[in-house]
Amino acid sequence: MSLLAKAPAIRLTALWAAFDAKPAFDWLRAPEVGGAMVRGRMGGTGGAFNLGEMTVTRCSLRLTDGAENGVIGHAYVQGRDKTKAEIAALVDALMQTPSANAVKSAVLEPLLTEGKAAKTDRAAKAAATKVEFFTMVRGED
Amino acid sequence: MQVSALEGGFSDAPVQAARAFRAAMSAMARPGTIETVTDATPPAPLSVAAGVLALTLLDPETPVYLAGALDCPQVREWITFHTGAPIAGRSTCAFALGRWADLVPLPGYRIGTSSYPDRSATLIAEVDLLEPSGTTLSGPGIMGVSVLSLPETETIQANHAQFPLGVDFFLTCGDRLAGLPRSTKVEAL
Amino acid sequence: MYVAVKGGEKAIDAAHAWLAERRRGAKEVPELSIAQIREQMTLAVNRVMAEGSLFDPDLAALAIKQARGDLIEAVFLIRAYRTTLPRFGYTLLVETAKMDCIRRISATFKDAPGGQVLGPTFDYTHRLLDFKLAAEGSLPDAPKAEPHIGPVPHITEFLNKEDLIQQEPANDKEPRDLTREPLDLPADRALRLQSLTRGDEGFVLGMAYSTQRGYGRNHAFVGELRIGTCAVEMEIPELGFAIEIGEVELTECETVNQFTGSKTEPPQFTRGYGLVFGQTERKAISMALVDRALRWKELGEENVGAPAQDEEFVLYHADNIQATGFLEHIKLPHYVDFQSELELVRKMRAEAMGTMQEAAE
Repeated sequence: MSLLAKAPAIRLTALWAAFDAKPAFDWLRAPEVGGAMVRGRMGGTGGAFNLGEMTVTRCSLRLTDGAENGVIGHAYVQGRDKTKAEIAALVDALMQTPSANAVKSAVLEPLLTEGKAAKTDRAAKAAATKVEFFTMVRGED
Repeated sequence: MQVSALEGGFSDAPVQAARAFRAAMSAMARPGTIETVTDATPPAPLSVAAGVLALTLLDPETPVYLAGALDCPQVREWITFHTGAPIAGRSTCAFALGRWADLVPLPGYRIGTSSYPDRSATLIAEVDLLEPSGTTLSGPGIMGVSVLSLPETETIQANHAQFPLGVDFFLTCGDRLAGLPRSTKVEAL
Repeated sequence: MYVAVKGGEKAIDAAHAWLAERRRGAKEVPELSIAQIREQMTLAVNRVMAEGSLFDPDLAALAIKQARGDLIEAVFLIRAYRTTLPRFGYTLLVETAKMDCIRRISATFKDAPGGQVLGPTFDYTHRLLDFKLAAEGSLPDAPKAEPHIGPVPHITEFLNKEDLIQQEPANDKEPRDLTREPLDLPADRALRLQSLTRGDEGFVLGMAYSTQRGYGRNHAFVGELRIGTCAVEMEIPELGFAIEIGEVELTECETVNQFTGSKTEPPQFTRGYGLVFGQTERKAISMALVDRALRWKELGEENVGAPAQDEEFVLYHADNIQATGFLEHIKLPHYVDFQSELELVRKMRAEAMGTMQEAAE
């Protein structure tokens, strides 16, 4: 679910569009946009303080097709994209059915690979800016 | 969480919540008026009217106290999923839900402070009978007098006597609800 | 006294239409897209997110476009939108120790374990205008090196080991929330930090600078400044456990400050803390300095009467939306107000002139 929460909406939508076993479903809770108050630690390690909110979209649904009938999927995803939340909940539901492997290789694995690549790319650029400072010895007057 | 906890909420929240809020507001503004609400199907033993009020009035910032038989897993989970309201005790709750007999006596609920009388609890009480007959009501929002079937009068009179402090009530029965703010004076016939 | 004024509807509509036209600017210049603002005006977007107190880069970019680049107006738009969002809950505490850093520097330890990473910084630029940017051109990719994946420890932890710095133990205390209850003094540190992180960058910078110049001096070193992304987790009631709901970019600054000790504490270093949405390091450093100055009471220090030590002064004036709302309202119609002042002055003048005449006679 964390992978789905962070996935760029455009990528998730594209990967889902290419997945052909889309199930039928009913809403238990239609997608709604809201906020979550993000909390930080005072001094980095101490007690909580309220840092500010972030936008979140959530929804819950139930599959209604044949063998998958009744399986429930939930989604809490970053941002305000209702389609992204819907897809995330469908993937969450399908991961509990025999289609799990298919949806994993069609949607989750590409997201994981791309996420890792982006992270590595960023870390590699950061590593190139790693610096060694030398202290110059001050001369005696 | 049980599947049943995820069902029975508003299917079209913006419209249904607005309609339900209108009903709750009218009921509270005109004590003695009975409103009918239908848009939710909460799990037993919660009535439709109490369920609709919960969906409309509760959110993560309104601690809710469940009294008696309503304090059961089905109702707890349903309220948690659909409203996000934290379950609390009677001394800290913003709303209390239960049968009248399980909610009383009133001491222990928050009644507000003289600076902030609004920091008080609202009790949603399930009653067996709700009809426009019985006790005489008068006060703000009532032209002359109105009548309403009340589960008892002494508790409500004592609450009224603390005005502007006190709790407010919704009485619910099936799909019907009525409001009884602390400002209403009640007299048994 | 406020009295409603009527009329002016047509003029207001026309003003809004002209505003829209001016916002668009010359038609022969291509229109800015939200994505362009988000990607190329990132630090403005970050500031609007930090002071608007809502992490959503697309919304902040939209607000900047709508506000014609007036960042305080954009913050206002974000704050107004924020109030319409249902609150799904409070997240678990963000662990900055696990941050994926793009920048991490220390002014106190040159050989900081984990290394000093400059990241995309202005620090060593020459601040000369780069006229090449005036022309569109392709850009070479930034160089890469062997990446370090995984968390890097906080530098202050090393001082912690020797007990040389005051500890910041975790606790379960529920912090007060400015978005839910009005500011009520005295404020505890949690409330002060929330107020500072969403406070106006210019104001917090000015306050911080005043401490450096001697108004409540607290000798700050930047122990560590780190920028990067942190995962955000929240408990989900229907699941019964916490999941990651996204990630936010943060700037964190920990200052190390001299402390000579008090009756109860031996001399050790103390800390100031800044944590702000986005890449916003000037703000984070300023926040840490002001946080430290405001801690005089809990550290048993002397109140020297410096503005940055005055909780009421700092917290009541840090919010630019409150400030601009009150400031700008004085340009709106106050005709009745002023009419009474006018009559009063006329009357006082008539009386004064009468007295003068009497004196002359």
